[in-house]
Amino acid sequence: MKLNVNGSTHEVDADPATPLLYVLRNDLELNAAKFGCGLGQCGACTVMVDGKAIFSCLTPILLLEGREIKTVEGLGTIDSPGPMQQAFIEEQAAQCGYCIPGMMMRAQALLQSKPDASDAEIQTTLETNLCRCGTHMRILKAVKRARELMKTAAMAPASGERKV
Amino acid sequence: MKFGRFLTGLGALIVVGVAGAFVYAWKPKIAPIKPPDRGSFHQALVEHGAKLAAVGNCTACHTNPGGKSFAGGLTIPTPFGTIYSSNITPDAETGIGTWSEAAFQRAMREGVGRKGEHLYPAFPYDHFTNVSDDDNRALYAFLMTRQPVKATPPPNELPFPLNVRLVLAGWKMLFFRDGAYQVDASQSEEWNRGAYLVNGLGHCGACHTPRNALGAEKASLHLAGGEAEGWSAFALDGSSPAPVVWDKDSLYTYLRQGWHPDHGVANGPMGEVTGNLGLLPDSDIRAMATYIASIMGEPSAERRAKSDKLLEEIKSGPITSAISADPSASGGKGAVIYEAACAVCHENGRPQPFGGLDLRLSSTVHAPDAQNAINMVLYGLPAASGRTSAIMPGFADVLTNDQLNDLLGYLRQHFTDQPAWTDVVQRAADTRTGKYHVSVRPSDGIERGPSNIGAEDQ
Ligand code: FES
Ligand code: FES
Repeated sequence: MKLNVNGSTHEVDADPATPLLYVLRNDLELNAAKFGCGLGQCGACTVMVDGKAIFSCLTPILLLEGREIKTVEGLGTIDSPGPMQQAFIEEQAAQCGYCIPGMMMRAQALLQSKPDASDAEIQTTLETNLCRCGTHMRILKAVKRARELMKTAAMAPASGERKV
Repeated sequence: MKFGRFLTGLGALIVVGVAGAFVYAWKPKIAPIKPPDRGSFHQALVEHGAKLAAVGNCTACHTNPGGKSFAGGLTIPTPFGTIYSSNITPDAETGIGTWSEAAFQRAMREGVGRKGEHLYPAFPYDHFTNVSDDDNRALYAFLMTRQPVKATPPPNELPFPLNVRLVLAGWKMLFFRDGAYQVDASQSEEWNRGAYLVNGLGHCGACHTPRNALGAEKASLHLAGGEAEGWSAFALDGSSPAPVVWDKDSLYTYLRQGWHPDHGVANGPMGEVTGNLGLLPDSDIRAMATYIASIMGEPSAERRAKSDKLLEEIKSGPITSAISADPSASGGKGAVIYEAACAVCHENGRPQPFGGLDLRLSSTVHAPDAQNAINMVLYGLPAASGRTSAIMPGFADVLTNDQLNDLLGYLRQHFTDQPAWTDVVQRAADTRTGKYHVSVRPSDGIERGPSNIGAEDQ
């Protein structure tokens, strides 16, 4: 079946019951999303589908025909990181980094639909994502910074420099 | 001419009727008092009142999630319009600080506020009227010693004539009988204690009894299943949808700890109820279980046999390993979704309350309507803050209504002997748009207090 990931269409040869996470990592070699629990309890596998954050470990690809999937790889590149990535780099928010892609995607989904999300909303939204290293304060700081960077990015003339 | 006379007659009748109703409806004001001193209440009485307030689940309606305890302002959607709960902290201006104990007793017994105004029956005085004077005294002591909070709830949004409180006198005339609990001498003391708690302060019927068109509980269908905050409150009589029959012991365990291995975890507003009941002594919980078990009655031999057989089957493990999840087969899509999204928890053998319930045991999946199943799948069971709790992720952002319908169709077909639900797509749409208002609560706590990050209104 066909899957639309980060703007391009991929023909995937996998059982429709396969969770998206495995298809992303094994078939498409997009390794940002992580396997933490496989039970929808840790958020390490969070990606976006049609702008909403979802647990890819619990989402069979059967559900995703014709829908837009976005992973951290779709937020920017190493040379040209997107605002969310930039903010995490600037705040040095990763400890081991395992939870970070999930945190980024859930935060991205929030700020895309609600650019002015309050600090409290950010905290509540990220509640479903666990960080075993305890770097929560930096993660929150990074997301708050991303909130500002995303606004600037949205206002900047389309130079092609920093794509969101 | 004749018609004119008829009109005059009718007019006169209305005037007399209205005047009569007015006399019936009129309640005197009770003089305001200076908010009593904290020290004027015995500590033991206050502590007793705390337990009673927990039975009454007062905090559930009188606290806004994230707001100050008992300061009111919670949105209570009713079929007639929106009501906002009142501030029952002892603040003199905006709460009940100027209420004497007599005023409080009257509110509980008759549903009348201190100024003589009739209260909307969203405040379940049809149950609270059963509460004894002594218990009311303790409740009063508890509430009057809370932190006063200055907060005025938004005005109710009710259409004319429901916004005229006098109308409530008519409602009361039709549906409300005041009076303290009457002991049933033919029953045990424990049973009577249970009935007093369940039908009085516990106001179980407010959710578990169906209501008529005017919002009053149907007395003939006592505890036959009702509705609460967008959830079906399952029948507590013989028509209970539970696949394994309830008995006194299992009811006790469930109410005591908020879950039971054969029935699962309390969810929706019931999570708050069992959380609150945590304050109660075992004897009171046992009394409630005794009374409810008697309402459920003895199951038929056939029902009992079915229940026993199911428990036997459960012991030998999950059933779905035999299912081939082929999306092109009829019902196959639902099977695929179940296998990928649900079975990882619901069939991994981890025991209750932290593992997923084997859905053959689920009242939600066996229920007459799909609402609770829709709520559970869309919103899951949020984590309670700051403590271990059962959780379930929600799938609102990944499942379309059609996909949800596929899934629930599969669950109904494979885990129950009940007919398919036919209105899942429409119900799910109405639930998502908020036309059908659902409150989502963590499983195990009194989560409307100050730091209740898990609770939200959908
Ligand atoms: S791996 Fe998906 S939530 Fe933990
Ligand atoms: S940075 Fe290690 S798990 Fe979050």
